[in-house]
Amino acid sequence: MKFQIPIGPQHPALKEPISLRMTVEGEIIRDADLRLGYNHRGLEKLAEQKTWIQNIYLTERICGICSHSHTTCYVQGVEKLMELEPPRRGLYIRTLVAELERVHSHLLWLGVAGHEAGFDSFFMYTWRDREIVMDILETISGNRVHYGINTIGGVRRDLDEQQVKHILDSLAILRQRSEYYQHLGTNEPSFVARLAGVGYLSREDAIALCAVGPTLRASGVPMDVRKDDPYAVYAEVPFEVCTADTCDVLGRTVVRIKELFQCYNIIEYLLKNLPSGPVAVRAPRRAKPNEVVSRYEAPRGENIHYIKSNGTDKPERLKVRAPTLGNYAATLKMLKNGFIADVPLIFAAIDPCICCAERAVSLVDARSGQEKIISMNALKQLSRQVAAGNARKREAEWPL
Amino acid sequence: MLTKLTHWSRLKSPWILHLNTGACNACDIEVVAALTPRFDVERFGILLKATPRHADVIVCTGPATRQMKDRLIRIYEQTPDPKFVIAVGACAMSGCVYRGAYNVIGGIDQVIPVDVYVPGCPVRPDAVIDGVVKLLNKLKG
Ligand code: SF4
Repeated sequence: MKFQIPIGPQHPALKEPISLRMTVEGEIIRDADLRLGYNHRGLEKLAEQKTWIQNIYLTERICGICSHSHTTCYVQGVEKLMELEPPRRGLYIRTLVAELERVHSHLLWLGVAGHEAGFDSFFMYTWRDREIVMDILETISGNRVHYGINTIGGVRRDLDEQQVKHILDSLAILRQRSEYYQHLGTNEPSFVARLAGVGYLSREDAIALCAVGPTLRASGVPMDVRKDDPYAVYAEVPFEVCTADTCDVLGRTVVRIKELFQCYNIIEYLLKNLPSGPVAVRAPRRAKPNEVVSRYEAPRGENIHYIKSNGTDKPERLKVRAPTLGNYAATLKMLKNGFIADVPLIFAAIDPCICCAERAVSLVDARSGQEKIISMNALKQLSRQVAAGNARKREAEWPL
Repeated sequence: MLTKLTHWSRLKSPWILHLNTGACNACDIEVVAALTPRFDVERFGILLKATPRHADVIVCTGPATRQMKDRLIRIYEQTPDPKFVIAVGACAMSGCVYRGAYNVIGGIDQVIPVDVYVPGCPVRPDAVIDGVVKLLNKLKG
């Protein structure tokens, strides 16, 4: 006997609006399907109406957790279009903020993973320590989440001696705390038992389904844009690509914890070797007609921006491929033949960022989604749903 | 007597539902950050609930997207009375940078009634607490 269970768009297991439709047999998921578009705002279209500079702040608001990833990716592309060479100090600060962002994102993820595994004190711990990173980011940029530090041709704010010292001091605390998490995350029996073996994604599948970021690296594929195609100053910074070969949620946890330590090393290196000089160069208002693809390793995986210019002060086209999108196909694979109770955990393990993923992708996805639900039953259900929605809407509009 | 008791308990345990209607996630993590040890809104008796049926206050982040509109109304109707809505962030207030995008309706107040607006892009957790306290004061009065 097969049942279809819809989950979302608002559901305890999901933090952001997305809809999953699962076909289950008893407790076991036989098929899974995704519905997207709840968070689609039409940002790419909006970008065409704004100038190059305005778009930095728009791309920043693609996602609140990887805000720096999107701006850096965008700004790098635009710098290529304008043939600008940002000064080295600017690039160092840009990379520094990027790594701090990775730290805050991974700590956040660790907490969420703990929460989904029913380990709420872990969640509270990591989020408490995450505030240390937030403080550092606030002293550097003046903002907690949307740093607004990137600009075309460099960064907007410089670092002084005191800030460097503050960051190094805080780093020591973070290191110590992360060691504790590493111990906890890999030794605490109930936590490990909950994560091990859940959401299996073999190495071959990970490659075939184009998984990215920690999800891919946890399946034993050492791929990282920072190493493979270095941007900013990653070519001169020593660091390792962290992998795990357990191919499950535990592996993804381990990869992220290991990456935390790499981040601390990178941050330390950057601060110790900070070159002097200006932080930005002046950028022209227009860009010559051209097109460019910019890659960036966001905390969740590879982020790609495609930018096309036509000689005016506005882009002709901006296309964003966020890492979460690359992981959707792999997630569906992981969900199949798993248990319903594992859905939140598996889903959380890719560190989904729905708001990132929902650019202009929804059209294509909706189409393939539609093709799948051609069965009469589902169609009927859908029409009933729509009709029900209408009735409610009318009632609700009355008191307004 | 009984009304006094319900009023008192309502003030002491406003449970919230956090709903993202198209936000960029920044406001969402700041709302969650407000629940964690540094800011700790739990001392006001505030608990994050997973379903609208348990909640008294809907904390909305993000502009209302067209796709979310019907769901937002549905969730609003599922929440038992008396219910309150806090619009968190510039998006929920007016649409912020997304204003004018084809899939964005505008602020939350275009769809459901809002009691408290908390400005900021993103809001700071301190501001979330301020908004919640203002709502509680409103309830008292
Ligand atoms: S108000 Fe700003 S930070 Fe908050 S969801 Fe909107 S764009 Fe993001």
